[in-house]
Amino acid sequence: MQSRVILDQTQIALIIDRLCYQISETHKTFQDTVIIGVQPRGVDLAERIVARLQYIFPHEKIQYGKLDITFYRDDFRRADRAFSPSVTDIPFSIEQKNVILIDDVLFTGRTIRSALDALLDYGRPKDVELVVLIDRRLQRHVPIQAKYIGKTIDSIISEKVKVYWQKKDGVDKIEIISEPKLNLNN
Amino acid sequence: MSALSTKHLLGIKYINTEDIHLILQTAKEFKEVINRPIKKVPSLRDVTIANLFFENSTRTRISFELAQKRLSADVINFSASASSVKKGETLLDTVNNILAMKVDMIVMRHSAVGAPMFLSNKIEANIINAGDGTHEHPTQALLDAYSIKEKFGELKGLRVAILGDIRHSRVALSNIYCLTKMGAEVMLAGPPTLIPKYIESLGVKVTYHVKEALAWCDVANILRIQLERQDIKYFPSLREYSLYYGVTKDMLDALNKKIVIMHPGPINRGVEISSDAADSGQSIILDQVENGVAVRMAILFLLAGRSLS
Repeated sequence: MQSRVILDQTQIALIIDRLCYQISETHKTFQDTVIIGVQPRGVDLAERIVARLQYIFPHEKIQYGKLDITFYRDDFRRADRAFSPSVTDIPFSIEQKNVILIDDVLFTGRTIRSALDALLDYGRPKDVELVVLIDRRLQRHVPIQAKYIGKTIDSIISEKVKVYWQKKDGVDKIEIISEPKLNLNN
Repeated sequence: MSALSTKHLLGIKYINTEDIHLILQTAKEFKEVINRPIKKVPSLRDVTIANLFFENSTRTRISFELAQKRLSADVINFSASASSVKKGETLLDTVNNILAMKVDMIVMRHSAVGAPMFLSNKIEANIINAGDGTHEHPTQALLDAYSIKEKFGELKGLRVAILGDIRHSRVALSNIYCLTKMGAEVMLAGPPTLIPKYIESLGVKVTYHVKEALAWCDVANILRIQLERQDIKYFPSLREYSLYYGVTKDMLDALNKKIVIMHPGPINRGVEISSDAADSGQSIILDQVENGVAVRMAILFLLAGRSLS
């Protein structure tokens, strides 16, 4: 196993700042805009973005919810592991709202497809935008793209992208983990 | 832990403490689902479930059917009274015929003790025991545990009294297994004829005085007298039973604490519990029914999620 850090604490903070300013360019007010983090790892990013937006818009109340997609997965009964759900907590109506959906890594796009299904069970939003910290653009299985992207990376399918958060893991960083390369000299 | 240790839910005796925790935890998320405006999720859309009820049921059957429909499963219902069982078909033949039509899961209630265990050795589909004779009723025990946990936050260390017809009650046996596995203390109370001998070996206390049990407990689970299973007279009359073993509002008010009242239903009002006690603010009888759907969704979801992996 080899791992290399692709984003460190400072870079992540800068990216979150940039994403927030990009969001606030499109959404001048948060009257009709709500933020929803996708469980489990999207919630960590969403909390950071909400905190930063609240700082940029001190007089607005930014509505924020968590969405769990376990019951909407397309690989239920097909994956080689069992799934256990996390909390869904959307304490407001999303009917006719602009929803900003947040996840940490956009990979195959299937999580976001499931999240869209799950979201529609709570009402009909006016529109849905997607924020991701990492876009692994070469591995998409469904036609889904993010509107706000932290960093785009080209990685191969066997590599894993792991996001660490200060709150949970003690440090903010993003790593790419790969199997060791074949050593042809041996 | 995110998978059950078992393929079937035959009884609480056959699952471990982690399984119970996982089911209760998953049920919490399903309770959120059934309180949404759209109470349905697509998880089990490719699963077909047969509900085989060889014995009468209202609550359990409706609860299972709702749970299945809210998980988007295809459901077929079968009741013995309107089927070829009357023509002399064996249980195994009936089930194999249903399975030949590509059914993935079986929910079964049967009057014979061990009927689901018998089937689990013979067939491939997942089996959920919805009550087998006087043996076990695991989903009821799990929804009772969920309801208690919801009320108190924790089962460990709680004192739960189970009152009434322990001998004929599958709810009692499953509850004893479930509560003791979760670290609660259990006391049984009822007429000596309706409490099996040596039941203390399951790690429970026994008393023949309802008032003693009420004074001791945090939660009282009151059971129905199962007249349909009583081949001989176990007590002189219902009136006498109600006088000595029935729970009334006055008895609850006389305690120096507010205990929680549960009942698995159907209630015989005025026999094991008076109407004012059953309808009092201390009763969580209807919460039990609501939680039943969420708990059964969790069980179906967890068993289905396991079956192909």
